[in-house]
Order: sequence, then structure tokens, then C-alpha cells
Amino acid sequence: MKTIIVVGNGMVGYKFCQRFVEKEESKNYKLLVFGEEPRPAYDRVHLSEFFKNSDAKALEMAPRSWYKEHNIELITNERVTDIHRSKKTISTINERDYSYDYLVLATGSSPFVPPIKGVEKKGIFVYRTIEDLEGMLAYADKIKAKNPNAKAAVLGGGLLGLEAGKAVMDMGLEPHIVEFAPKLMPRQLDIRSSSVLQMTLEAMGLNIHLSKITSQILGDDCITGMEFGEDDELAVDMLVISAGIRPRDELGKTCNLEMGVRGGIVVNNKMQTSDPNIFAIGEVALYNQMIYGLVAPGYEMANVAVEQILKNTEVLMSAEIDMSTKLKLIGVDVASFGEPFMPTSKGHSILFEDKTKGLYKRINVSHDSKTLLGGILVGDASDYNILHQILLNNMTLPNNVEELVIGPREGGGGSPFGSAMDLPDSAQICSCESVTKGQVCNAIEDETCVSFSDIASLTKATTGCGGCKPMVVELVNQTLKSLGKEVKDIICEHFEYSRQELYGILKIKKITSYNEALDSCGKGDGCEICKPLVASIFASLYNDTANKEDVIQDSNDKFLANIQRNGTYSVVPRIPGGEITPEKLIVIGEVGKKYNLYTKITGGQRIDLFGAKLNELPAIWKELIDAGFESGHAYGKSLRTVKSCVGSTWCRYGMDESVSFAIELENRYKGLRSPHKLKGGVSGCIRECAEARGKDFGVIAVEGGWNLYVCGNGGATPKHALLLAEQIDNETCIKYLDRFLMYYIRTAAPLMRTAAWLDKLDGGIEQLKKVVIDDVLDINAELEKEMQFLVDAYKCEWKEAIENEESKKRFSHFVNSDDEDDNIVFVRMREQVIPASWE
Amino acid sequence: MDSILSKYKTTKESEVTTWFKAAAVADFSENGGACVKYKNKQIAVFNFKRKGKWYACQNVCPHKLEMVISRGMLGDDRGIPKIACPMHKKTFSLETGKNLNGDVDALAIYPVKIENDFVYIGFSN
Ligand SMILES: Cc1cc2nc3c(=O)[nH]c(=O)nc-3n(C[C@H](O)[C@H](O)[C@H](O)COP(=O)(O)OP(=O)(O)OC[C@H]3O[C@@H](n4cnc5c(N)ncnc54)[C@H](O)[C@@H]3O)c2cc1C
Ligand code: SF4
Ligand code: SF4
Repeated sequence: MKTIIVVGNGMVGYKFCQRFVEKEESKNYKLLVFGEEPRPAYDRVHLSEFFKNSDAKALEMAPRSWYKEHNIELITNERVTDIHRSKKTISTINERDYSYDYLVLATGSSPFVPPIKGVEKKGIFVYRTIEDLEGMLAYADKIKAKNPNAKAAVLGGGLLGLEAGKAVMDMGLEPHIVEFAPKLMPRQLDIRSSSVLQMTLEAMGLNIHLSKITSQILGDDCITGMEFGEDDELAVDMLVISAGIRPRDELGKTCNLEMGVRGGIVVNNKMQTSDPNIFAIGEVALYNQMIYGLVAPGYEMANVAVEQILKNTEVLMSAEIDMSTKLKLIGVDVASFGEPFMPTSKGHSILFEDKTKGLYKRINVSHDSKTLLGGILVGDASDYNILHQILLNNMTLPNNVEELVIGPREGGGGSPFGSAMDLPDSAQICSCESVTKGQVCNAIEDETCVSFSDIASLTKATTGCGGCKPMVVELVNQTLKSLGKEVKDIICEHFEYSRQELYGILKIKKITSYNEALDSCGKGDGCEICKPLVASIFASLYNDTANKEDVIQDSNDKFLANIQRNGTYSVVPRIPGGEITPEKLIVIGEVGKKYNLYTKITGGQRIDLFGAKLNELPAIWKELIDAGFESGHAYGKSLRTVKSCVGSTWCRYGMDESVSFAIELENRYKGLRSPHKLKGGVSGCIRECAEARGKDFGVIAVEGGWNLYVCGNGGATPKHALLLAEQIDNETCIKYLDRFLMYYIRTAAPLMRTAAWLDKLDGGIEQLKKVVIDDVLDINAELEKEMQFLVDAYKCEWKEAIENEESKKRFSHFVNSDDEDDNIVFVRMREQVIPASWE
Repeated sequence: MDSILSKYKTTKESEVTTWFKAAAVADFSENGGACVKYKNKQIAVFNFKRKGKWYACQNVCPHKLEMVISRGMLGDDRGIPKIACPMHKKTFSLETGKNLNGDVDALAIYPVKIENDFVYIGFSN
């Protein structure tokens, strides 16, 4: 019988044991395992969970009894100190010697502690073992007892450092992350994604300090601060060092195995060191001149070592190691996969960034756009699993690769990844609940489930973050279709119709209230999906304002204002075409001052006032309306703004009066309810200063009239509007716009913007021209009439709301008291108020 | 922050020690909600006219701790009466308080009775 000694009982050492005993041939070997830590191997990846309940047992990979059952001799609390290669023996700290036939080094790594002056002081910790965490918890209690506002810093803004930062925050300490590089997670993120992530983390309450070189730790016996340079200090009561790892390769050094220049025990693709009887796996092994600080490669190494020792010599380590990672912080999505940074010699990158939403996406593809090479996701990593699957399975990319980044999401138009059906069964579709494509499709095929909601309740897929919903819906529908079953695009369990069908029914039956609609063509009591949808149809049919049936309106419509992060609302008066008199500007300023509102100029050329409490809304609007303002409908799925440049009124290039025309259009379509928000723009010449082609409708002055463009938008899926008609006069332009908008309102799916709607329209822009200009459907007279009716029926709904005592009632926070909500907390930023951050 | 949530405990009708007279029935819109202040608590009360029932629960959403549930939208999920939070559309059963479309903590539920056109909410000490 041969003896294998495993040095190190960490995650990878354990995996070696587990894989080994699964093998039939393992019976001929004796396994002897040494671990320096007091307990059997535990799940270091989920170490931070120890903070929740201090339950070390819960983290164990396997209990001690497991090793016994499998005839593994596990000796913990005993460090191996020497290897005698000639005698094939090892010695331990307790001066005991053991002989081996094969030796497996799985000694992992230790945190790197930079040689900073004062780093030995009390209150400085590393973040690697359960004992480290116990030490941190005890110390945190101590300093919090002295000072409830105690601060803790984490040295290092990498993957682990951020996890440590969240951990100290959860301990009730004020968290600071100090990073030497100019960006966070320097190995995974580029500079732009790092700054997006930074904003999100700061909003969560983490303080981030970049490009800081710590020169000295301050304090006598215990740490009291960090010094970065002259006059640059940070007072802290505790420090966690997370500045990288160093392989624990001391055993390799003492017995003269081949070592890397910067440490690590060199191995080949059999995991053999320079001594063929000694293997190294996990974070101590230097493979391809790299140390891999992730478990997945470590597990693969363990597997290769097992097979090699058992003489299954064809099993070799992969040449390329997947370093994809997803940060497992609560509340922040960050993922980096494949090659996150890629030289332009290899391919192109597609980038998307929206700091207002904390979103960043970068996808790297080969020059021919056929192969995915890697990417970075911040803010929304719901596509991580599927992108990762595409990468791992080396799948060919769809034609419009940019959709991988910007996605044809609106209107749920299916997955951007070609068909989800092309994925392998093992592909994880719902990452929150770990549901694979196979589980979803099989449940439909064997008739355990017959609908999307069945799948959701059986597998729990989509019940987490919900990001996978479009894909699950597609899988369910496609599978049902492949079985020859009917799939209907219905609104929800209460109405078994599409929006367009319901629009037709409500119109023909002349139904005007929600209850009537439910009773005559629906069932049950409705829900948050069908209520606002029916409200929107009523608005499009009758131009009902949101005051009429406030209980079926989307929350923002119900209170005629957008609800903000802390339950307060924003106030946005209409400023048609962006033109405003100084007098009116002063009114806005006075109102902002009086009610202590945060004010900001928007991209739509008007002014948003944030932070109004529900009960303040009527008074604020009364002042604005008295000064001649109207609702800006910023809360509604309706016309927002028609942006304009100054045009020929002032601009020396101007071909026509863009401001006047913008004001005319904005006033014509204000209050118009539609399947999604609508934006317009008018530019005075082709220099396009109003960015009209980034709008649902854009008008640009040219020689001999206006050019009319439709179906563009900015936002997450930017699209340039397409030319509908050239050199037309004002009147014709309005006529075409009436027809176009009404046709869109009638036929689009809920929450589908004009660009997505045009994508779906058979024949595209050419067909739209035929309808709007040539009237091939013979509906234009009707469309114009309907639009004129809506234009004539316009009312300012805020005016209506405050003039009616009954409808004003809904704006008080309490029914039985005039008190305000005392739960709302503001903090200040750049001399204005903003909401206190969540948690 | 947790202290906000710990104020609210589901109360069964049998446990009620105080029936708080909140407001007149007419102050609540049909199939809508409103918020009632009781000592340092905020309670969302719903007049679910379509079901002919009244419901009450904590006004604070367990997800982001905002005082917003009363501004949500009523509905049913396969017959279970529910309220959808206006912030992120989390839905909660009005009978058990359970989150129906995720695993946010449940809402605390309180009994409601109507007497002489007044709405009363039940609390236990
Ligand atoms: C907080 C934290 C979060 C992490 N999160 C992730 C993540 O999200 N994803 C991911 O992929 N990876 C993550 N990692 C990294 C991952 O935990 C490591 O890659 C993995 O644990 C490496 O396994 P290992 O067995 O090589 O080393 P280790 O788990 O460190 O095990 C080595 C063991 O050997 C012992 N040992 C060392 N020398 C001797 C000796 N001479 N004699 C006896 N015993 C010895 C050590 O005490 C230790 O117990 C995280 C790490 C930490 C600390
Ligand atoms: S679009 Fe033309 S007219 Fe308008 S501001 Fe720019 S240059 Fe002047
Ligand atoms: S969806 Fe959630 S954040 Fe959110 S306020 Fe509600 S229960 Fe809340």
C-alpha cells in the first residue's frame, strides 16, 4: 500500500481528498492529511457569512467524521515544517516524521502584509481565517464600546477588500476603503467601470480613497490612523489588510523545488513540481507563471493531481484558466469574465455606461464579431451567467452584437443572445436560484408545468432579482411551441388578451371604468400589471387624467409625481421648448428655496425639483400654477419634452424658428398618454444642436422646410430616428406626427418605445411611410380625428387635482393626522439636500 | 434600522387589547389605501371594495424601509389579496403578509373592524 501525504487542509486540499476517495483505485492508497488550522477544511469563499451567526460548523466542507468514514487520517493543528526528498519523508512542528510515496502540497496562501511602518500595532487584522474574523469581531466590540462612531479602514480595494469593507460596515463601523491604484478591483475592472462601482458603493455608505500610498500607521500601542503623505491622514480605529496574497511556498523553498521568481511552486500541466513525486495544487501552485486566487482553478488542479497519481495520465490542466468572477456583495452587482481588458489587436469592445443608474457594461468581441472574449458588468450583472455560458461554450454570437450590451429589452422582445434555446441544458439561467435551462425545459416537456407562473413557483426561477425573466419566458414559450401548444402573449392572470386586443375591446364596448373592464372582459381583482395598463388605455382613448381613477394608476401617476429613493417626490413643471422668462425662473427658484428642494436642470431642458414630501405637493403646485406653470407629466408614460435649439431667432446658422415650432409641438401633445414615454426635438439646422434624432420624433430645418425623423431614443438602447418625410411645411409635419403617434399608441405593446415598436413593425420604416403618408390602411382620417379629440380634451391634471378637495385628500401622508412622515431623512451634498442612503 | 421593523408584529384578532378608532370609512378610497398614525406606528389600511374586505399592515416596506406601502396598488394573485409596493413592485399577501414575488421579509398584519362607519385597527400591548 502506498501513502499519499497532503499538506494543507484548505478548500483545495479537501477537494483533492474528496475526488480521490471517489475513485475505485483509491483503495490501494493510504491518505494522510495535515492541516495547520485547528479545524477541518471550511468554505473560505463564504467566510464573510461567519459574521452573520459566528457558526463555524456551517462553513465546514465536511465534518471530521467524513474523513474517518473514508479512511483518511486527518491531523489538524499540526504544521509540516520540512520535506526530506531523498528519504521521502516529512517532519512536523511536533518533530514527528512520516514517509510518503507521493506528496501533495496544498498549503494555499497567506495575506500579503506590506512592510509599512507601524503595521504591527494592535487593531490591525488580515482577512483569511475564522480566527481572523473572531479577532476582528472582538476588537470591533471593544472600540465601539469606547466610541459608537468608530471607524475602520480596509487596505486594498480588490475583490476581497470590498468584501471586507462591507463586513466592517455590517459590524457597525464607519467603513473606509484605501486603495493604492487609481481604481477599484484593479485586476477585474477598467477605470470607467471602477468609477461607476465607486459611486454605487459610496451611495451604500462605503468611503473610498483611491491612489493612496500608506506611508505609516499612526498610534502608540493601538492604531489610531493612517498617514498617506504629508498632511494627508485618515483617523481610524481598526484596519483590515487585504493587499493581495502570497503563496505559502516555504516548504518548496527549503527542499529546493523549482520556484517562481516572485514565489509559488512551479508545476507543469500534470500539477507535478520539479520533483515528480511531489505535486502542488491550489493557491501555492505557480502554473503558467500565475497564481490563481480562485477556487475553481484550484478544484481543477486537485482533480488533475488525483488522476495523475492514479496514472490516468491523459487528464491534464487546461491551458487557459477561466478567471471570471462575480463579486458577492449584497446590493452591488459586479462581474468580470474572460478577458476583461483586451488589447485592440485582439478585437473590439462595446461599451455602455449610465452613471445615473450606476450601470456599466463592456463586452469584448473578436474582430469578426463572432466570438465573445470577455467583459465587465457593473450595476446589473444579470447577464453574467448567460454571457459566461456563451464564453465557456464558445458559442457564435448573434448578428447584432451590440445587443449583448444594450439589449432589445423594451417590450420584452426576447433575448439579445439569439435564442435562449440554443444554450446547452447545463446553462444556468437564473443565477439567484441556480436554475438551469434543462430544469426549465424539462419541467415543461414532462408536463409538470404548463406555464411561466408554474415554472416560477416550482423552480423559483425569476423570483430573485428577476433579471432572468425575459429568458425564462422565452424558454417556456419556445418549449411550449415546440410541443405544439398555444402560447399567448397575455397581459396577466386577469386579462387574457394582448394590450392591442384589450385596447380594441375597451374601445368598441365603450368601457370607461376599471371595474367595468374587469367584470366584462377580465377576471379576479386585478393587479399592479393590468391596472396601470387599463388606465393608460383609458387615457389614450378618452384622455382621462390620472385624477379620474387614482387607485388604478401607477404610483407615479397616482400622485402626479415621481416617487424617489426615500419616498419623497419630484416636481417638474412644463417648460415648453425649454423657453422660460426670467420671472418664471425666479418663481421656480423661490419655490425650491421655500420647500428646501434639490434642483437640477434636466437633459430635457427643464428643471426638476426633488425632495418634496407627499403632503407638500399640492401647495407647491398651487404656487407654480398660480405663476402660470402646468404639469410637466414627468411621471407619466406620456409626452415629456420637445427639446429645441435657439434656431434662426438667435443662431446665425439657423434655417427656421426651431423654438417656436418646438413650443407648438410640445403644447399640442402635452398630456398625451402613450405606451411609453415620448420625447421630441426640433433643431434649426443640420448641426442638430437639439439632438432631435435621439428622440421619438425629431424635426430638423433644412432648405425648403422641415425634415421629420421618427422612432429614435437615447437612454439604454440609443437609436437614431429615421427619416419619415423631407422638406415639409409646419402643417404637413403636424399632420404626419398626429398619424404616426396615434398609430403607435394604438398598436404598441405596453412599455414599448417607438424604436422597439418600429423594429417589430413588418416592413419597418418603409411600411410606416406607406401608412402615414400614403394611407395604405385607409385609417389616417380616423387617426387624425382621434388625435384632435385628445388634444382638445387636454387638461392640466395638477390644476384639476388641487382644485378638487376630494382628490387633494390623497396627498396627505396620514388619514387621521396632519403630521408629516418623520421617517424621511435628508443629508446634504454640495449645498443641497439629498436622501440619506439605503442601509 | 432594524428597530423600525421591530415595532411591527402581526396581531391576531384574538390578541387585540385596543381597537384604535382610525378614521371614517369615507376617508378611504374604494380599492385604495391610506396611512394611519397610531402612536409611533404607521399602519397602511386598505379598503378592498371588490372583495368587500378591509386589510391593515405595517406601512414600512421591509425591503428598503420606506414608509410607502399605503401608496401601493391592490390586486390578487390567484385569489390571494395582495398589495404591490410602489417602489419596486414587491407584492405581499394581505392575509399573511408574505412576500409573494421574492423573499423579502413578511409584512406585519393587523385586524380591522368597521363599526358605525368608522374604521378600527386592532393592536395588542
Ligand atoms: C474572504 C475570502 C473570500 C473569497 N472569495 C472568493 C470568491 O468569491 N471566489 C473565489 O473563487 N475565491 C474566493 N476566495 C479565494 C479562495 O478562498 C481561495 O482561492 C481558496 O480557498 C484556495 O484554496 P487552497 O486550498 O489553495 O488554500 P487555503 O484555503 O488557504 O488552504 C490552505 C491550508 O493549508 C494550511 N497550511 C499552510 N501551510 C501548511 C503547512 N506547512 N502545514 C500544514 N498546513 C498548512 C493553511 O493553514 C490552510 O488551512 C476568497 C478568499 C477569502 C479569504
Ligand atoms: S441646430 Fe443649427 S440653428 Fe440650431 S443652434 Fe445649432 S447651429 Fe444653430
Ligand atoms: S419593493 Fe421593496 S424597496 Fe421596495 S420600498 Fe418595496 S418592499 Fe420597498
